[in-house]
Amino acid sequence: MSSSRAPSAEPGQRDESVVAIGSSADIVTARQQGRALAASLGFAGSDLTVIATAISELARNIIEYATKGEIVLSQDDADGRPGIVIVARDEGPGIPDVSRALSAGYSTGMGLGLGLPGVRRLMDEFEITSNAGRGTTVAVRKWLP
Amino acid sequence: MTTAIRPHGNDSSRPRADGTAALLRELVAHLRKNRTQLREEWARRITESKLLTAMTREEIFAEATSVYDNYVEVLETGSVEALQAYARNLSERIIPRGVETHEVLGIVLLLRDVLARSLFKKYQADFALLNAVLDAYEPAANRIANTVAVGFVQERERIIRQQQEAIRELSTPVLQVRDRLLILPIIGVIDPHRARQLTEQLLRGIRANRAKVVVVDITGVPSVDATVANHLVQTVDASRLMGANVIVTGLSSEIAQTLVTIGVDLSKINAVGDLQGGIEEAERLLGYTVTTPEPKPSEVKA
Amino acid sequence: MRVPILKQSQYVIASIQSALSDEDLLQLRDDLVQNVGRYRSRGVIVDVTVLDVMDSFAVRTLRAIAHMIRLRGAETVIVGIQPEVAFAMVQLGLTLEDVTTALDLEEGLAYLNHQMAGAAHVK
Repeated sequence: MSSSRAPSAEPGQRDESVVAIGSSADIVTARQQGRALAASLGFAGSDLTVIATAISELARNIIEYATKGEIVLSQDDADGRPGIVIVARDEGPGIPDVSRALSAGYSTGMGLGLGLPGVRRLMDEFEITSNAGRGTTVAVRKWLP
Repeated sequence: MTTAIRPHGNDSSRPRADGTAALLRELVAHLRKNRTQLREEWARRITESKLLTAMTREEIFAEATSVYDNYVEVLETGSVEALQAYARNLSERIIPRGVETHEVLGIVLLLRDVLARSLFKKYQADFALLNAVLDAYEPAANRIANTVAVGFVQERERIIRQQQEAIRELSTPVLQVRDRLLILPIIGVIDPHRARQLTEQLLRGIRANRAKVVVVDITGVPSVDATVANHLVQTVDASRLMGANVIVTGLSSEIAQTLVTIGVDLSKINAVGDLQGGIEEAERLLGYTVTTPEPKPSEVKA
Repeated sequence: MRVPILKQSQYVIASIQSALSDEDLLQLRDDLVQNVGRYRSRGVIVDVTVLDVMDSFAVRTLRAIAHMIRLRGAETVIVGIQPEVAFAMVQLGLTLEDVTTALDLEEGLAYLNHQMAGAAHVK
């Protein structure tokens, strides 16, 4: 499901934590922090794993395609339901054909794909902005059920 | 599923005209000075209107004190955050007591009226000033009423969601009929939320029972569309990751054909006609021999 | 953090104790291949019970392990995938399709024993 909402600049967002992504160890850091934040918001069970896995994939994309970037973790509170917001940002080469990267044909199993269709399936809202030569930003949200 | 009530005027950052600010300060001072008597009058009117009957007089008075103080504080600071937190907290406490939405809204509106009357009385000599005071007071008072009501409703919805989840879990037991064999009979409509919950329950059941085969019976599912089918495939895949085989029963061949036609990949699904057949197949997979009670016709010797 | 690898009769068991970095996973792959060669093991069990996330890299590496072990004539079984992890994996579209999985160590060993017994009958 894609959303038309901008990832930041919304009222109700509180503190956020930024995890710099530059090495594979940072992938673990990012997903552990994400899991902790999700747990504090009230997510439980498989939701925690889903969120941690999505963060892992997004962080991994940053390393593989842009070498470095950051993951910003924060919470949002629209309509009274808390949710977690994850923004993966980099200034790498960008994705030349975003719609192709989002098509179901791209799988992570072969090591070539970006895992974005999978991340989109896992999250409630998904938004991606990428320009060749100017970097990529992926913003996803998951709401408490 | 959630009612989209948005507290309008979430604009505590809106700069106020100096005149308004000064007026608000003055009336906040007035409301603080007359706190005791205004609070009592409010509590009296609450009882008169037969609101909050589920609570005792002492409880009403205690909550009235907190609400009054919060109310005046919002008028003073313009920030509703503390009020939101209080409203949620209050709702969490009183909803189990049976307090309803109209009561909560009712008492907040009563407070608004009690305070407004008090302002009328104080400024009645100067009509222009009274108008200015009301111009400052009314928007703030309305925002407060809105915030409390919305907080209450959201808390109710959260509780309802929790209860729905509990009902869903209770209504779909995972049954262990035999060592290493689980049966999951699904009855009723499967929406994405329920499908997810079913899969999670099943996977946890596989771990708890160390199941090697699971029979998922969907005879009782009224409509099997592509979404349901895809959830089934996901369930099959996830179960296999945990070392368990899944047999799906109750999937008629007509429906299976329709699904295949619209592009659903059913190749991973081991479908057997009915539940009985599914259990037999499961037992076969587990290595149990199934003896039929009567000899088959072809084996009868003439 | 190196994953401890134990030898149990003709099998080799790798029991993951904590979250693994990418380097740890690759190290595990190399260690397993080495061990299978050294002990001429017939089967490998990788116990991932403790892993709370299996992302695309973990899945790729596990498949690579199974592939390389198979080239040395041995079979690999991944055991202990947790319910939440299994669910997240299928939603993300990650599969271990060509790799055998079992519920836990006990089931993994039962499977390998069964395979060995079957192989013994094939002449």
